[in-house]
Amino acid sequence: MMVQKRDIPAGIWDSCQECGHMVYQKEVEENLHCCPECGHHRRINARARIEQLVDPDSFEELYADLSPTDPLKFKDRIPYRERIKAVQRKTGERDAVVVGRAFIRGRAVILGAMNSDFIMASMGAVVGEKITRAIERAIEEDHPLVLVTASGGARMQEGMISLMQMAKTSAALAKLDEAGGLYIVVATDPTTAGVAASFASLGDVIVAEPGAMMGFAGPRVIANTIKQDLPDGFQTAEFMLKHGFVDRIVKRHDLRREIARIIDYSGK
Amino acid sequence: MRRERAVRPTELRPLTENGHLEFEKPLLRIQHDIAALEVEQRQGGRDMSDEIKQQHARMVAKTKRLYSHLTAWETVLVARHPGRPQIRDHIDNFVQDFCELHGDRAFGDDRALITGFGRVGGHKVMIVGHNKGRDTRERIECNFGCAHPEGYRKALLKMKLAEKYKVPVVCMIDTQGAFPGIGSEERGISQAIAVNMFEMSRLRTPIVCVVIGEGGSGGALGIGVGDRIALFENSFYSVISAEGCAAILWKTHEQRQRAAEALRFTAKDLRKLDIIDDVIPEPLGGAHRAPGLASQALEQYLVDTLRDLKRPRVDTLLKRRYERFRNMGSFYDAPSEFGKSKARKPASSRAPLRRPLPASRHVASPDPA
Repeated sequence: MMVQKRDIPAGIWDSCQECGHMVYQKEVEENLHCCPECGHHRRINARARIEQLVDPDSFEELYADLSPTDPLKFKDRIPYRERIKAVQRKTGERDAVVVGRAFIRGRAVILGAMNSDFIMASMGAVVGEKITRAIERAIEEDHPLVLVTASGGARMQEGMISLMQMAKTSAALAKLDEAGGLYIVVATDPTTAGVAASFASLGDVIVAEPGAMMGFAGPRVIANTIKQDLPDGFQTAEFMLKHGFVDRIVKRHDLRREIARIIDYSGK
Repeated sequence: MRRERAVRPTELRPLTENGHLEFEKPLLRIQHDIAALEVEQRQGGRDMSDEIKQQHARMVAKTKRLYSHLTAWETVLVARHPGRPQIRDHIDNFVQDFCELHGDRAFGDDRALITGFGRVGGHKVMIVGHNKGRDTRERIECNFGCAHPEGYRKALLKMKLAEKYKVPVVCMIDTQGAFPGIGSEERGISQAIAVNMFEMSRLRTPIVCVVIGEGGSGGALGIGVGDRIALFENSFYSVISAEGCAAILWKTHEQRQRAAEALRFTAKDLRKLDIIDDVIPEPLGGAHRAPGLASQALEQYLVDTLRDLKRPRVDTLLKRRYERFRNMGSFYDAPSEFGKSKARKPASSRAPLRRPLPASRHVASPDPA
C-alpha cells in the first residue's frame, strides 16, 4: 500500500494482502481493485472510486479550489504546512475529499468520495466544508447525496476546528433530513473515529463494502484499555451489520446497481 | 471574561502533602511557613499576626503568578485534579430540587452521564453531564466519566423531554472521552454521538454547554452542540488527548507536553480561535482550591446566559445555532498554492451557484454496468 502505483511497471505481479495469492496487477485493476482470487476489496483513491461509480464522463467536480490553512501553526516532527505540501504533491489533490455532481445509472446525484492517501483522509476544515457544501447543494437541487466514506478521523493538526467539523456536518445533515432529502452512505475501509461518529453514521441508508474496517476507537486503544484480546472480525462491516448499524453489505461490483435501486425506492 | 471577586487566602482549601500538583510545590512551602508561624504564635505567646499576614500576601501573589502562566500541560493537570468540583458538586452547591431521571429506555442506565430536572436561580432546566466520581467506589461505578452509547442515548431522550416542556438544557462536560471498549462499539458509540449532534443542532429549546473539567473529543461533543459553549478558565477541550496526540505524531508519550502546547486547547486559545463563546473565571489557585466559589461563578454564568437565551424566538435561536457551527473552519478558496492566498471565512466566499445540469443529461449517459 505504501508503494506508489506509478512506480511499478504495468503488469507486475503482486500478492494479495488478504489471501496471499500472487495476482496480476492489471487483472486486479480491471476487477475494480478487488482480488480476483478472494475478492478482497483494496483501498482506492477518490478519483478511482468516482470513475468506477459514475456514468462515464458525467462527473463535474465542485469546490475544487478549497485548500487547507494552518490555523494552529501546528508543528510535530514536521510542520503541518510541510506535511500538507508534501501530500499535495504526492497525491495531486488539495485535501482529502472530492465532491461534485454526477450520474449513477442515469440518476443525478451529489457525490463525495474520500481519499485515504491524503493524511488518512482525516477531516479538517476543508473536508468539513466540502461535505457541508455538498449537503447544501443536495438540498438546493433536490438530488440524492451519496458519500463514500473512508477516514482515520478528525485531523488533529487543526485541533478543535477539526472536531467542530463533526458538529457542522451533522447539523447540515439535519437540514437535509428536514428537506426530505435522501442521503446514502457507502462506508469503505477504513471508516473510523470522528467521521464514523458524524456524517458516516447518519445516512438514511448505510451500505458498506465487505471487510471494511468500521469503528469509533482504534483497536489498539481498546485492547490497551480493557486488557483483553479483541474478538475476530471486531469492527468490520460485517460486525456493524450484525449489531444493526449497517443496512447492507454491498460488493464493489454491485454498488452502482444498489445505489440506483435505493434512489428509485426513495422516489428521488 | 467576567472579573473574579478577590479571594481571601483563608477561603482556599489547604494543599495537602499527597494532593498537590508538582508546580504547586512553592505554594505548599509557603503554607508550611504559615503553619510554622501559627504554631510559634500559639506556643510562644508572641504576636506573629504581621508575619502571618505577610506570608498570606506572599501566598496570594505567588498563586496568582503561577496560575496566570500555566502551561497547557499544567492546565490539563488542574482540569483533571481529583479535588476539582464535578457535576455532583455543582448540583449540590447551586441546583435546587434536583430530580434525577435515569435510563435510556432501551439498554440501561449509564452512570457515567447523569441527567435530570433542576432549578438554577429560578430557571427550570434539564441538567445533562458527565460524572467522573469523587471516590474510588463512585469512580468505578460511573466508569471514570467515560460514557457508553446508552449514556448518550439517555442524554438525548432527556433533552427531547426538555424540548417538549420548553425547558432549557444545561450540559456539563467533563470526560476523557467516550469509553473505548467492546460493548461501546457493539452498541454503536459512533452512531450515538452522531445522532446527538444531529438532534441537538435542531432541538427547539436553548442549550448551554460548559466544559467544567476535561473536554475529551467526541465524547464531549456528544453533549456539546448548543447556543453557548463556555469553558472554565482552567479546563480544556481537545480533539485528542495530549498523550494520544504525542503517541501518534511523536511516537512517544514523553512528548505530551509539547503535544499539549501544539493542540491549542486551553480556554484562552479556544476563545481566540472563536471556538467557544465564554470563559468562566475560577477562584484563585484553581477550582479545586475553592469549589464553592467555582460553583458560584458557574451559577452566575448560567443564570445570565439562560436569561439571554430565553429572549429570542426559538426559530431565531436555531438559526443562530446553525450558523455558528456552519461557519467554523478556515480554509483557502482560490486556485492557488498552499499558503499563497488569503484565508477566508466560508460565508463570504461561497462560489456563485451554477445552473443545474440540463435534464437531457439524464438520458444521454449510457450505463455500462
